Amino acid sequence: MKRDNEMSLKTKAQIQLNKVISDRANRLSPSGIRKFFDLLQKQKDIISLGVGEPDYSTPWHISEAAVKSLERGYTMYTSNSGILELRELTAKYLKEKYGIDYDPNGEILMTVGVSEALDLAMRAILNPGDEVIMPDPHYVAYDSCVTLAEGKPVLVPTYEKNSFEVEAKDIEVRVTSKTKAILIGYPANPTGAVMPRQKLLDIAAVAQRHNLIVISDEIYARLTYGTEHTCFASLPGIRENTILLGGFSKAYAMTGWRIGYAVAPREVIAAMTKIHQYTIMSAPTPAQVAAIEALKTGEPDVVEMVEDYDRRRKVIVKGLNDIGLPCFEPKGAFYAFPSITPTDMNSEEFSEKLLMEEKVAVVPGSAFGQCGEGYVRCCYATSLADIEEALNRMGRFVKKYRK
Amino acid sequence: MLKDILKILENDARTTERQIATMTGLSAAEIADAIKQAEKDRVILKYKTVVNWDRVMDGEMVWALIEVKVKPEPEVGFDSIAGRIAQYEQVRSLFLASGTYDLLLVVVDKTERKIADFVSQNLAHLEGVQGTVTHFVLKRYKDDGEILEGGEGVKRQPVIL
Repeated sequence: MKRDNEMSLKTKAQIQLNKVISDRANRLSPSGIRKFFDLLQKQKDIISLGVGEPDYSTPWHISEAAVKSLERGYTMYTSNSGILELRELTAKYLKEKYGIDYDPNGEILMTVGVSEALDLAMRAILNPGDEVIMPDPHYVAYDSCVTLAEGKPVLVPTYEKNSFEVEAKDIEVRVTSKTKAILIGYPANPTGAVMPRQKLLDIAAVAQRHNLIVISDEIYARLTYGTEHTCFASLPGIRENTILLGGFSKAYAMTGWRIGYAVAPREVIAAMTKIHQYTIMSAPTPAQVAAIEALKTGEPDVVEMVEDYDRRRKVIVKGLNDIGLPCFEPKGAFYAFPSITPTDMNSEEFSEKLLMEEKVAVVPGSAFGQCGEGYVRCCYATSLADIEEALNRMGRFVKKYRK
Repeated sequence: MLKDILKILENDARTTERQIATMTGLSAAEIADAIKQAEKDRVILKYKTVVNWDRVMDGEMVWALIEVKVKPEPEVGFDSIAGRIAQYEQVRSLFLASGTYDLLLVVVDKTERKIADFVSQNLAHLEGVQGTVTHFVLKRYKDDGEILEGGEGVKRQPVIL
């Protein structure tokens, strides 16, 4: 009988989806931030200091450049490496800003944000079991990108007493015969730390002594306050060891466009481009056009936005200290990383309770590694009024739970 | 320093002296002094609110742009007549512009009739006024740098990063 056949087929052919998922995917730990955003979506009237992106829309002239290109029919793929003009402008920008020379033909690859560039870099250089040394706490994707490429993340603890700067000697003691690379991202997410030039020079020396690659994620390069960003690739003699990652998301408020780049010696970019061409083809064309406009005429926008972030930074850092959450002064990015130890809660408890009771969303520091425990990340790229209100609510909360 | 303070206040006049002090690294007393001085120097003219009147007053407010062709006077040029026109309280803004006319007025009043009266009974009779062209505003899209409709709405989505 047909119906019975269908029934037996139904029971027999039951695919066991839990067994379908690869070990590789299973090994990835779910982001600690995910949980909070699930909670977030169920709540109303929340002030979010959670999302790490500019609250500005992209400056209109940049968006308009993309709109116009669409109207003229620029809707096809670009070359795998990206539009030549964009690569040339990127090379010019890096030359003018940091004095470094990269050939637009072969040493620059336009990617789907720094996220893709990071993934490509790992897959291009890591063999199974290769170790990548990185600071703890760090941006949530760092260790996962290494794991996905079958490498092994090796964490270097960093502490508030050292302004969350990673020390070269702490890196060097972790170098083994398996070490392939050092991964750093300064100005840092989640701490807002900026590395002094001298400490970067020390890291460069370690890399040279042990023939290591340094992957330097400089997506927040433009967001520094009262201090100059040092581009790692610009340090003497380190160019050949460096994969520099940069992008447009943070400086030009272009997160949704998904456009970034990797610059590195020819051999490395060639390997990354091979992976890129099979998995991505080319970065989104309208986004590349917008990025061209950003590099050509977007400088005043960057300056204005950075001035504005700086004002909010000062308000939130002082505010956090005033309400009893000691906060070290972040010199970059748009995060404040206050200590929550006065409350006797761990960062996850703190964040969850704060969200439930006072409707303020922050991200538990533990999401960024063990050394992030005892802290929460507060993104201040949100309106001043919201920052003030969030501080009021957090003040009330801290008063209630102070040990 | 003053520029920083002005930028902050131009964006939000309700920013407190304490907040500005935090943002600029100066003391609240220094900020208060600087603001007082700026008020005295007429660098700061007034603290106002950008209101979207269309949302509260249904047809009780009419805007018009009025071009005025003027015969400049010897010595004072356009300044004297512009000064007189500026006295009318329904004149919200007044500019001297290049092009086919000389003065451009932004006039706001309760009804079109009142604006028509203003043009025919006041403006047209002023000595030196050679002609006027009145454009009634049909819809305001952006005023004082603020987009009036469609600018709201949550654009950010929760994301892991």
